[in-house]
Amino acid sequence: MEDIINLVEKEQMREDIPQFNVGDTVRVYVKVVEGTRERLQAFEGIVIQRQNGGIRESFTVRKLSYGVGVERTFMLHSPKIDRIEVVRRGRVRRAKLFYLRDRVGKAAKIREKNIR
Amino acid sequence: MKKAILGRKLGMTNIFDEDGTVIPVTVVEAGPCVVTQIKTEEKDGYKALQVGFGEIREKLINKPLKGHFDKAKVDSKRYLRELKLDDIENYNIGDEIKVDIFSEGDRIDVAGTTKGKGFTGPIKRWNQARGPMSHGSRYHRGPGSMGGSATPSRVFKTKKLAGRMGGVRRTVQNLEVVKVDPERNLLLIKGSVPGNKNGLLYIKETVKR
Repeated sequence: MEDIINLVEKEQMREDIPQFNVGDTVRVYVKVVEGTRERLQAFEGIVIQRQNGGIRESFTVRKLSYGVGVERTFMLHSPKIDRIEVVRRGRVRRAKLFYLRDRVGKAAKIREKNIR
Repeated sequence: MKKAILGRKLGMTNIFDEDGTVIPVTVVEAGPCVVTQIKTEEKDGYKALQVGFGEIREKLINKPLKGHFDKAKVDSKRYLRELKLDDIENYNIGDEIKVDIFSEGDRIDVAGTTKGKGFTGPIKRWNQARGPMSHGSRYHRGPGSMGGSATPSRVFKTKKLAGRMGGVRRTVQNLEVVKVDPERNLLLIKGSVPGNKNGLLYIKETVKR
């Protein structure tokens, strides 16, 4: 019974999404429809949270745009996302990086992860 | 009624449509329903199809019901319900009604037994407002005024009071069929439908429009 729900969800899930975690810097290419044309728009920033699971999984990307903090939440499996590129792996000790909102400049930096 | 089928609620989830909008859907296992008896004007005074739905262990079927299923030469089913379809003449005993009678974009009504809430107060049951919590009000979640005093000297019937809520049959009208999966007998319906998981549902063409 419960597995049928899982099956229905699995059909919709995307397998082309790279593995990334909170603290990583990612570039998300979003499909934007302008009139009749469709183009790609990139949104690059730090992943500050990942929420929910399965088909409902979403993640929030934060960046500074002209000195203003901008956060955008995406559905991980949304067909609106063309692709996700992982730019940098970050080393963090929290699951949610909301503390970045209160920090600017050097204090908002995240150390890079050492990949053995 | 042109189209109708029995179903079982499996639960809810989300799906994406082609432009990426999230649609909340209820997944329903609908059919196959087997015609077990045809009620006719001459014999029963009205026209209807009696259909069976859902698996059941042979052990749980009593002998009179077993006889009824044997007469129709069909396997035992958990539920027996009647569907008042327009084209009853086109059905024979043993015929199956499957989900493929519905297609994407169809509008349907879904009836089921709502979740039982037990004995609830008027705030939950009738959406009444609560009294002030502070300033010595001492009247927090009560039902409010019972009505007039000397006239009518009684409380009117239907006065909204506390009592049992839920566990009654309710129909949700004009829901949209988002997807039909004839292989797995699944129906994905936009929005919510009454009842618990595994609850029996009546799915029929909408009476609206």
